[in-house]
Amino acid sequence: MSVLVDRNTRLIVQGITGKTGMFHAEQSLAYGTAVVGGVTPGKGGEKVLEKVPVFDTVAEAVKETGANASVIFVPPPLAADAILEAADAGIALVVCITEGIPVADMIAVKRALQGSKTRLIGPNCPGIITPEQCRIGIMPGYIHKPGKIGVVSRSGTLTYEAVHQLTSLGLGQTTAIGIGGDPVNGTNFVDCLELFNADPATEGIVMIGEIGGSAEEDGAAYIKAHVSKPVVGFIAGTTAPPGKRMGHAGAIISGGKGTASAKLAALREAGVHIADTPSDIGQTMLRALGK
Amino acid sequence: MKIHEYQGKELLRKAGVPVPLSRVAFSPSEARAAAAELIAQTGNDVVVVKSQIHAGGRGKGRFKEHPDLGGVKVVKSADAAEDVAGKMLGSTLVTIQTGAEGKRVQRLLIEQGMQIERELYLAITLDRVTGRNVVMASTEGGMDIEEVAEHHPEKILRETIDPAVGLQGYQARKLAYGMGLAGDIAKKAGGFLKKLAVAYDRLDCAMLEINPLVITKAGDVLALDAKVSFDDNALYRHPDIETLRDPTEEDPSELEAKNYDLSYIKLDGTIGCMVNGAGLAMATMDIIKYFGAEPANFLDVGGGATAEKVTAAFKIITKDPHCRGILVNIFGGIMKCDTIADGVITAIKEVGLKVPLVVRLEGTNVELGKKMLDSSGLSVTTASSLRDAASKIVELAK
Repeated sequence: MSVLVDRNTRLIVQGITGKTGMFHAEQSLAYGTAVVGGVTPGKGGEKVLEKVPVFDTVAEAVKETGANASVIFVPPPLAADAILEAADAGIALVVCITEGIPVADMIAVKRALQGSKTRLIGPNCPGIITPEQCRIGIMPGYIHKPGKIGVVSRSGTLTYEAVHQLTSLGLGQTTAIGIGGDPVNGTNFVDCLELFNADPATEGIVMIGEIGGSAEEDGAAYIKAHVSKPVVGFIAGTTAPPGKRMGHAGAIISGGKGTASAKLAALREAGVHIADTPSDIGQTMLRALGK
Repeated sequence: MKIHEYQGKELLRKAGVPVPLSRVAFSPSEARAAAAELIAQTGNDVVVVKSQIHAGGRGKGRFKEHPDLGGVKVVKSADAAEDVAGKMLGSTLVTIQTGAEGKRVQRLLIEQGMQIERELYLAITLDRVTGRNVVMASTEGGMDIEEVAEHHPEKILRETIDPAVGLQGYQARKLAYGMGLAGDIAKKAGGFLKKLAVAYDRLDCAMLEINPLVITKAGDVLALDAKVSFDDNALYRHPDIETLRDPTEEDPSELEAKNYDLSYIKLDGTIGCMVNGAGLAMATMDIIKYFGAEPANFLDVGGGATAEKVTAAFKIITKDPHCRGILVNIFGGIMKCDTIADGVITAIKEVGLKVPLVVRLEGTNVELGKKMLDSSGLSVTTASSLRDAASKIVELAK
């Protein structure tokens, strides 16, 4: 079992003819993902990677291929438009990888998606993967192994770090979701915790947060009220000085809010097992599972 | 991106937001001329000389060279303005936000004096909880607003802006009346707020803070200060704003890193780090601290770094005189480990290696990367995990 994506997911790639889009479309195909089409306005009718048809619009791609998921690799100025086009075409899951989208654009997108059936993951995220079934995004597929841990994270490479440890320890993953580091995004911690909590195959959850915002605190409150499975938490940025922007737009502490200590306290309060260092995430999960 | 107060006020003035009359001055003689002009224009002898640096707390700050002088000085003649400007320009102002080293003042704002009746606080910024911008207003203007937020949260009024329609008139009125304003002044404040919200939106601001917003004895509503910062992701659609950047306000290493599209922030510790990904970079800093040392920097080389970029990153790290050891931590996904190894080896061959270096590679082409480092003949310590890497570098750098 898994959440959101599996071998039945039919994926299209928006921006498939670009360098990054093409590279990852190929990686996803090689991983066994059903990449059924691509979209690049003006290049409809072409074929890429030998068998993947390109369409001018998402609506056309959906009609011709029955796609139910989309991954977006278009440049920042065009990303908001791409997300909304996918939603308008009725795509159920839209994963936006693009980094550097203006905040104002995401505020508008979030508003426009209100009440829509489309779930957005990202932007500025590594994507989502169900090991050996479906890879949507930019993560190295081979570090993942089917297993029993759900992973949700605001960070990219730090997710790989956690996944690698879980794989090395034989725990594996049900699904790993990178929700992205931007201040305004689609799917949040609470959404993923809810999904993993309801997934019978998921026996434990790893939640990786960062300084800034209050999404981790919200996640902690949800865990306290609803989650019975063991949760392992890690918060990056304990040593980050206030007011400094640490790469991610999300990773910034301001006004004494969103500090690592406040987040860790909230998670501890919710019964989450805290990994002392990023190297201890897997071991902490082993202990939490009583092994 | 941050800009100076005088630049922020100019942008606000163009957006129809009322600001006091003022001129920028780069020399004492310009300050004198600006003051004389303002005095002639307003018929009021009082002008204010304000140091322009990208840090708050200027009024209470003090100059290293002139311990009696604050960063903001009220004077009563053009002569006095010239005199004060001579002391401020080129001197170093230390405020609670600059750190002990302070900042050199190179520009001044010469502004008309105001007869102030009330000082209020206004700000617009993103509320991450709702994913919308929020206007905050408070009667506690001029004060340290973070203190107010902590001890008297009820004194901060908030109105969330619906991006579909923008700040509505009723919301602006609610805030104006909420701050205890009435009649014509409330109307002016409401208008001020609506213009401010439009400016925030048009300019792709990240933060717009008016502290204080003043009500003058004459009944005018004006922005006496303006702290404006922009969403870096949106600068591509504002080339005019990009020209307002003051490079002297930025750390030279951070500027150099930016040229290579590296995300670098200088910190105070001794262990230099080079990592891919912001989250992993922060986590690496955290684990260095866990083993008892402090990171010298935050450096994210990004996902698709080339060997050239890695070389540039390495050079920036080794330039820091406080750096006593370097930790390279790469989890290659898109980034291939051999690319990293290539970049590191090239950099060491060019600039040498005077401090211990620990490299932890994981992910795509890891074996190849390790082999390249081993056979390079350079003194590089490899590590098997992040924990191993951090404990090794902290030990070696002691």
